[in-house]
Amino acid sequence: MPEFNRETLVNAVLALALLIAPLIAVFLGEPFYVALASRVATLALAGVGLNLALGTGGMVSFGHAAFFGLGGYVAGIAALHAFEGTTFIAWPFEIGGSEHMIVIWLVAMAVAGGAALAIGAISLRTTGVYFIMITLAFAQMIYYFAISLPTYGGEDGLSIYLRSGLPGIEAEDPLSFFLVCYALLLGALFLMHRLVDSRFGAALQCARMNPQRLATLGIAPFPVKLTAFTLSAMVTGLAGALFAELNGFVSPAMLSWHRSGEIIIFVILGGVGRLFGPLAGAALFILLESFIGGWTDRWQLVLGLILLAVVLFARGGVIGLLAGKARHD
Amino acid sequence: MSAAFLIEQLLNGVQLGVMLFLMAAGLTLVFGVMGLINLAHGSLFMLGAFFCAWIAGQTGSFWLGLGGGFLAAAAAGALVEIVVIRRLYDRDHLDQVLATFALILIFSELARWVFGDRPLYLDVPELLSGAVPLPGGGRYPAYRLAIIGVGLLTAAGLYLLIARTRLGMQIRAGESDREMIGALGVDIRTLYTAVFALGAALAGLAGGMVGALQSVQVGMGEPVLILAFVVIIIGGIGSIKGALLGAILVGVTDTLGRVFLPQFFGLFLPTSEATSVGSSLAAMAIYLLMAVVLAWRPKGLFPLDA
Repeated sequence: MPEFNRETLVNAVLALALLIAPLIAVFLGEPFYVALASRVATLALAGVGLNLALGTGGMVSFGHAAFFGLGGYVAGIAALHAFEGTTFIAWPFEIGGSEHMIVIWLVAMAVAGGAALAIGAISLRTTGVYFIMITLAFAQMIYYFAISLPTYGGEDGLSIYLRSGLPGIEAEDPLSFFLVCYALLLGALFLMHRLVDSRFGAALQCARMNPQRLATLGIAPFPVKLTAFTLSAMVTGLAGALFAELNGFVSPAMLSWHRSGEIIIFVILGGVGRLFGPLAGAALFILLESFIGGWTDRWQLVLGLILLAVVLFARGGVIGLLAGKARHD
Repeated sequence: MSAAFLIEQLLNGVQLGVMLFLMAAGLTLVFGVMGLINLAHGSLFMLGAFFCAWIAGQTGSFWLGLGGGFLAAAAAGALVEIVVIRRLYDRDHLDQVLATFALILIFSELARWVFGDRPLYLDVPELLSGAVPLPGGGRYPAYRLAIIGVGLLTAAGLYLLIARTRLGMQIRAGESDREMIGALGVDIRTLYTAVFALGAALAGLAGGMVGALQSVQVGMGEPVLILAFVVIIIGGIGSIKGALLGAILVGVTDTLGRVFLPQFFGLFLPTSEATSVGSSLAAMAIYLLMAVVLAWRPKGLFPLDA
């Protein structure tokens, strides 16, 4: 059981607020805010994925948009083939599209995980600034690959005309879709909580703080980090599939390095290594974006200044500010 | 496929490589001396291009524009170093990445504000608007040859600066032991500002020269920045020699891949498929090159600490 402290309270309030806000919005007849809450939930999920690699494992990946976008493309391509009744691969066995949510989720996680396994195997040979640049470069490679794929929209991207569904759930209804995203977010947070407290989580934290020591204990750091990197990408890939279905659209922009930067911003704004940090960060980011963005066209300028101020003067993020006590490094 | 065509494409590759070198040299110097990763380097490139195009448009002189772009980028670099970057030297790389990412957002939005949403265009100067005959019968634009010349001269100049001058000696000393050269009485803050401004000026020079080959617009620095990252990863972060070699390697691989891979697949695939397979593979070629180099030498071809 988690001990009851200020951080637990802040986390509970955050989780409740995200659940209640869209319910009130539906009650007031403002469906826009339901979509906004779904946006927060999916982007927070992407951040939860990155937080495992960046926060717990100390792997500063500047390429998580690759996994986010790959998840999105899985959803887009599955919807396209299901809509047209065509196949993705016709030989040696037939793989067609799918309208089944769970199939899409599993495939999105598998594709993102596979890519992360390959990228991680090369990138994790290096550390520090090399790792940042290499993950960035590989993500950019996938971005250019998506642009040069005319079958799946190339630069223009791909529309998803029909959201995939679950038996018994009307996914086209905004509130139902939000609840699905919300349930997945809470599920992922719970799993992360268990993972960080497990033997594996301890090894991963030790790999961040002192890899030599981990090695002398008889655990090689490389496989631990690679596993965490892959798991992290799978969660972000799932978030990407949800995000694409939410927008009904996937394009190379989902893979761009600006997106990678944004996912890092969620984690940093919320507080690195804090369980609910990505949720706080994504919520704050989306709120600022929609309110400041509605007030001025220069949102990017304001975001830049805020980010600069946070990095220079307010380390620890929102959760750090609200819950006090910094984590031990 | 004639020899002239091959030479022309090779020159295109070298020209791209030389331009990447101007970017990568600044990045790698700043990393080598100050240990800082600067994502906003692409913004300085963009700034150089914007000032060059704007001044050239106002005065009608490309050369004034190029000088203006160079100086504007240097000034912006010095200003940013004093206001923001200076506070980041002691931070970890994550903070540096985030703060310089924030600088990109700020620079891009400011450029959009000041210069407008529409791209600017810059004409090749009169003096270099002709073409030079190539051995084998082709002709090659004089302007692109001039870019290659400027890049190689800059490389030679940087080598002399670092190997033969007092400033270069301080830079080399700063790479190996920061505290010690501070203790020996070198004003390390001014040195850092100078190095950062030098890197920025080189990026601005590259931006100004490239501005005559493509439209000058917000966001033009970012693809170049990422290519420059690939260059210094391949060359070894902190090494100028590695940056030059890596830049030429990346420039030539990218250019030749885009031209020849679709043709190569055309030998045994239908044309439309060959174009699509070839061009997607060409888009990934330099990253595959990077992966191969890393699998072989995780610290690049010329690691700093070797």
